[in-house]
Amino acid sequence: MVVRADAGRVDAVRPPSRALEWLDGQRWIVLLARRKVALIGAALLAVMLVLGLVGPLVAGNPSHMDVAARLRPPSFTNWFGTDDVGRDVFSRVIYGARLSLLVGGAVVVFSFVVGIVCGVLAGYFQRLDNAVMRVMDGLMAFPAIILAIALMASLGPSVANVIVAIGVVNSPRVARVVRGSVLVIRETAYVEAGRALGASDLALICRHVLPNCLSPVIVQASFVFAAAVLTEAALSFLGVGVPPFVPSWGNILSDGRLYLRQAPWLVLYPGAAIMLTIFGLNMFGDGLRDMLDPKIRGLQTERQRAA
Amino acid sequence: MVKTYVVRRLLALVPVALVVATVAFVLIHLAPGDPASVIAGPDASRDDVQRIERQLGLDAPLPMQLVHWYVQLAQGDLGQSIFLRKPVTEAILDRVEPTLLLTVFAIVIAIAIGVPAGVVSARFHNSTTDQALMVMALVGISIPNFLAGLLLILCFSVWLGWFPVAGYSPLEYGWLATLRSLVLPAFALGLVQSALIARIARSAMLDVLREQFIVAGRAKGLSERAVVYKHALKNAMIPTVTIIGISFAILISGAVVIETVFNIPGLGRLIISAVLRRDYPVIQGVVLCIAGVYMLINLAVDLSYLWFDPRVRYQ
Repeated sequence: MVVRADAGRVDAVRPPSRALEWLDGQRWIVLLARRKVALIGAALLAVMLVLGLVGPLVAGNPSHMDVAARLRPPSFTNWFGTDDVGRDVFSRVIYGARLSLLVGGAVVVFSFVVGIVCGVLAGYFQRLDNAVMRVMDGLMAFPAIILAIALMASLGPSVANVIVAIGVVNSPRVARVVRGSVLVIRETAYVEAGRALGASDLALICRHVLPNCLSPVIVQASFVFAAAVLTEAALSFLGVGVPPFVPSWGNILSDGRLYLRQAPWLVLYPGAAIMLTIFGLNMFGDGLRDMLDPKIRGLQTERQRAA
Repeated sequence: MVKTYVVRRLLALVPVALVVATVAFVLIHLAPGDPASVIAGPDASRDDVQRIERQLGLDAPLPMQLVHWYVQLAQGDLGQSIFLRKPVTEAILDRVEPTLLLTVFAIVIAIAIGVPAGVVSARFHNSTTDQALMVMALVGISIPNFLAGLLLILCFSVWLGWFPVAGYSPLEYGWLATLRSLVLPAFALGLVQSALIARIARSAMLDVLREQFIVAGRAKGLSERAVVYKHALKNAMIPTVTIIGISFAILISGAVVIETVFNIPGLGRLIISAVLRRDYPVIQGVVLCIAGVYMLINLAVDLSYLWFDPRVRYQ
């Protein structure tokens, strides 16, 4: 181990204090708010979030069937019309927003927990690196939707299984990013100093490595969320996602496909909901990325998004 | 140098392929309960369950099953379909034509729209054209391909009546009819993908336009046209071609989804109906087949750097 000349000065080896970090955090929000793109994205997401949360207050029962009123066009009583068994499409779209938010949020948590654990293990302990990353490479060798379909085939249709399947698909992507930054942080002076002072690996990871590798990963969150919403919609549309009676944008579209001629509103409204949500997430993510790290070239994230 | 690079890349595929094969193997054992009785369904007799157990080799100990699975795969055998009662490889070959044609058609559309849009956007950086194109691209990457498909059907089949609503006409009935039946699905896939290609072509162009040799070109009095289309474009193609390779891989899995929208009997319909019938050997086979193609394309993309960017050779 090399002892640096300035190692004697305590503040030279210490990572920035919590208070400073917190202040930095507040500045991010101000900076983010100044970016028009991110702001529009955040506004769209806020609308979706509010609609999803207060859904039951504004929407009726999404599963109430009224066969006499099937395939009704949009009207004052049914804003978005009714579907093939007379359920209110507006209520189903609102409840679909709840499901998308649930799946998106849960997938982000799932893939971040798994991805961060695997990424830190691989990046910090060189002995584990090869084994962990080869498994991650193997999982990434599958196109996302194909692996998700295959996992759903085994797990069976349910909301929890959709979350697990999409979470497994996205974890390696998070793990890669985390491992990359852990490899760099492991070699920094403050980690070296911590080790010299006798800190355990666990303490080093929790207090120094983890907090410092989070910012590139946070950018991933909005893209993982978007991918999760899209994949859930695709799986449900294909009939291998959440069970058909659960109101989900993919399920409504799947019903709508059969009634394109008679009832285009079955496709147009849930379609618009998906588009606006993903559009908001992409704009927010782009803004966040540009702000957090202007050095990251657009190209890299595009490649990550593509893969 | 080049040779070691290629060999290294090929060797790196081996562990990945092993993991891929293992994941496909694990799929059948992930199902809760005894896989054979799950496949056979609730009304199956004891004999049926045992027959399926034998057919899938589920009666052997787990490690033996795994070894057997590797050996079988190494021989290019993907097993027997439970429902279709024929080899999985045969079932896949029967369905490969529409998926392949659809993917190729879509990539042509994606390149034809994406690359010019990106280049124009970069050349007129920050102009209204640039901003309009980029907003369109952002909208484009926000539309899931199956939704794009539904909207295209609604517009061009239901309202305008220009194309068939769904269905596929095989090549043997004439390529024109095939082409016609694939126009809408290919556009649904290609348009969405072109948005991604446009964004990448644009950032690649912008990066190149900042380079010293572009400044030098302008300084010696080359026309803007020559600078952009002759010098910058050639260099910006390196990352763009990479992404086109990746797009091709993405489009294969996109085709799997879009086939359901348009009722096209390709690999996508094959795997979805296999999921609904719990025909695990077919699911495993299609998944492996697509993952294999995906891996090979990614390899080809990495190797293409040797061609486009000589700097890679000396790393």
